[in-house]
Amino acid sequence: MNNDHILSTFDNDLNRLNKDLLKLAKLATEQFVNSIDNFSTQNIEEIDKLIANDKNLDELDEKIQQLGFEIIALRAPQAGDLRRVISALKIATIFERIGDYSRNISNRTKALIEMSSDDTPGVNIGKMGLVTQEMLEDVIIAYKDKDSDLSIKVRDTDVVIDKMNTKLYQEVLASMSRNKKNIVSGTHILFIAKNIERVGDYVTDIAEHNYFLINGKPLSDNRPKADKTSLYGQD
Amino acid sequence: MVIMNYNNNNMDIETKTIGNIFTENPKITSRNVNVFYHDKQAINNVSLDISSKEIISLIGPSGCGKSTFLRCFNRMNDTIDGCKVEGNIVLDDQDIYHPSVDVVPLRAKIGMVFQKPNPFPKSIYDNVAYGPKIHGLASTKDELDSIVELSLKNAGLWNEVKDRLQSPGTGLSGGQQQRLCIARAIAVSPEIILMDEPCSALDPIATAKIEELIHQLGKNYSIVIVTHSMQQAARVSQRTAYFHLGELIEVGLTKQIFTTPQDKQTEAYISGRIG
Amino acid sequence: MSNNNKNYTLMDAKKAEEIVRSNVKKRRRKDIVLKSIGQFAIFVALSFLVFLFVSIFAKGIPGFFQHYVTLEVNLDQKRLDPKGDLSPDSLYSGDARKLVLEALYKEINPKGRKQKKAAKKILSSNAEIRVAQMVLENPSLLGKTIPITFALDDDIDSFLRGYIKRDTPESDRRINNTVIKFVDVLVEKKLVNYKFSDYILSGSASRSPEIAGVKGALIGSILTLFVCFILSFPIGVATAIYLEGFAAKNRITEIIEININNLAAVPSVVFGILGLAIFIGVFGMPRSIPLVGGMVLGIMTLPTIIISSRAAISAVPPSILDAAYGVGASKLQTMFHHVIPLAIPGMLTGTIIGMARALGETAPLLMIGMVAFIVDIPNSIQEPATVLPVQIFMWADFAERMFVNKTSSATIILLVFLILMNGVAIFLRNKLERRW
Repeated sequence: MNNDHILSTFDNDLNRLNKDLLKLAKLATEQFVNSIDNFSTQNIEEIDKLIANDKNLDELDEKIQQLGFEIIALRAPQAGDLRRVISALKIATIFERIGDYSRNISNRTKALIEMSSDDTPGVNIGKMGLVTQEMLEDVIIAYKDKDSDLSIKVRDTDVVIDKMNTKLYQEVLASMSRNKKNIVSGTHILFIAKNIERVGDYVTDIAEHNYFLINGKPLSDNRPKADKTSLYGQD
Repeated sequence: MVIMNYNNNNMDIETKTIGNIFTENPKITSRNVNVFYHDKQAINNVSLDISSKEIISLIGPSGCGKSTFLRCFNRMNDTIDGCKVEGNIVLDDQDIYHPSVDVVPLRAKIGMVFQKPNPFPKSIYDNVAYGPKIHGLASTKDELDSIVELSLKNAGLWNEVKDRLQSPGTGLSGGQQQRLCIARAIAVSPEIILMDEPCSALDPIATAKIEELIHQLGKNYSIVIVTHSMQQAARVSQRTAYFHLGELIEVGLTKQIFTTPQDKQTEAYISGRIG
Repeated sequence: MSNNNKNYTLMDAKKAEEIVRSNVKKRRRKDIVLKSIGQFAIFVALSFLVFLFVSIFAKGIPGFFQHYVTLEVNLDQKRLDPKGDLSPDSLYSGDARKLVLEALYKEINPKGRKQKKAAKKILSSNAEIRVAQMVLENPSLLGKTIPITFALDDDIDSFLRGYIKRDTPESDRRINNTVIKFVDVLVEKKLVNYKFSDYILSGSASRSPEIAGVKGALIGSILTLFVCFILSFPIGVATAIYLEGFAAKNRITEIIEININNLAAVPSVVFGILGLAIFIGVFGMPRSIPLVGGMVLGIMTLPTIIISSRAAISAVPPSILDAAYGVGASKLQTMFHHVIPLAIPGMLTGTIIGMARALGETAPLLMIGMVAFIVDIPNSIQEPATVLPVQIFMWADFAERMFVNKTSSATIILLVFLILMNGVAIFLRNKLERRW
């Protein structure tokens, strides 16, 4: 079956929206991966560059929102097209948020660098970041390929991050109670972990939006849950 | 509120219209156009530029004068008794209402497509060939054949009718008839095509096909389209002009008019609150 | 702007249904009454039509037939062709009548002058002309004795048809006993037969009903209609085109329009007076000629043609005009390329109906002298002629019994022509009418 609209402008607009969204996804993933990398490499220059980069994401998101707005106003999308546009707008916002978390991670990394490394609890942020990165890459593939199984897999992976976060929380808490000097840096690390965990949650959201986009019905809430002890205090 | 607008030629005119009525290198400039039917004023002081190779739609509630304004451009109002047009409409530096202007070449330059598909009760071929014939655009049968073929191709109808060019044009479906009328209009190589609610008699699929055709034609012609369907205006045009009670209320980029109209009346009409 | 969506309570649905139900019978009765009245009206109209047709056909069909007698005539060359050059002159001055009578006497053996005089009444006065014509057409017949069929005199024809009764007293009868005796002899010898008339279609006007025919009147009608068409169609169509397509809508046009409409309602005899006063009185044209008759009928038909042509033109959908103007056709091109081709069936229909009316018109032609008794068949529009309806009018006035049948026969011929013309109109309309 021919999947094109009779009106070629409609297809053009939808394709543009899709392209911009994937570009935003790529940028957000890069920002996130770099922020985790920078945490271990501690390269101030790279970190500053990353923080400055965030405004590109904001601009691109703005552009996507505008385009989606126009498509709804001018093309009156229906059914799958409507889900696509609405999902795209929501997903774009999420990627933009992921960008914001990456920047926040970088800010806190910068703060940690300025402190003495002896005063920092040694925990494995990188591993958590890697799992999240994989989820992020998977969800983009799932979106690109309209793969609902992969979306479910991504959502179900979130529990791994939650568990990692809980474990890390306990480690950092233990470290802080051992050494009061660690409290400032530990708090930063807690927030970084928290940010990564939030990114994981957002990726889960994207997976759910993607599932809805593909299947036209929401993904059931039947999924593995983790201990939520780490979720005290919000950013 | 009176806004003074200044165009590139520093000709200042008074208009109440919100938005920019001017365009870069306009094909048609209309200034302070008033139209009367006997004593009744149908168009009140409308000024608007039409740029070359743009698609502009005129929208507004019934009786707002949008069709009347459209028909000023090729002087179709001349055929209506008691209709009087005032003001300036300039096409390529020529005032089309100047007494020396002959409507025949004018209408060859400005094609028109009507609300109801109105092919001549002749063959498909003759429908398209009629314009070139009366204007003497083809000197040989081969030339005429190729004009007909290209026109039908540009109107997206060639593949559907190439095997039955001699069958009557009235035997086609509504949407095909309307595309035949578009082919007939473009056969005389116009620069501007006026469309007066070209899809109001058609089903949604035929409408979508015409809209896609309009979009394609917009690359080579200036198209002014009057439509009752706001969605159609939104879908096909780059600029939109909103008329109300014979006045041009607001004009602007279609995406701007349909997302962030500046005038309250425009907003009310577009969002389905008046009209 | 918010809509005040208040629900007003209307009548209870059950109650409404009851009221409606109680009214149904009354309404249905009214329907039936109206329908019956309509059917009765149609029945009455149809009865009149049937009566008219039955009476015309009952009289008219016998009018197409007549009685003939077949006699063995000796075509003696010397007596028939005294000059011996076979010229019409010589033949018509010959002694054909005597030869025919001799052939007749041979069959019935009349004795004495009185009986011979009676015998002469049996044959139509046209008998010798028929012999002369036969010889003229075929000179090789000369000198032979051949059977020739002659029309019987109209009184004999009436007698054989039973219109003249044998038991009527001799003094009240148009034919005396001797003649009846001779006719009986001819009938007994099986020499008399009843067949389709040679004269009704090919004969021209005559006082003798047995040889009277409509040919002269028919040709007169055709010539008159020809002139009428040539005059009224172009003028009528041109007027209609001008008024519909080009004339400015102002007072003068309005006055012209009103006058054309009024002209259509003017009694036809007035056009006859007009013709008499202008064509004959002012221009000094001869009376009784198809040219003048056609011109008078043409003027009479003009309003009909103009009105129907205008209707046909204005029935062309405006969208076609828009389409033509839209591609840049001029007014003239629009008219001639699009409007007229679409309007032509309507114009032709109107014209033919106007012509049919002209064909049946009597009064104006009486005024310009086309009522004259003209024996010669007209050859051109400038020779005196009469027309079918006038012929019918004249025959209806003649005293001879057989003219009653002839009148109805001519009426049938006229009706056939009218039906033919209307048929052509319907055919043209269906054939040329295009869907748009």
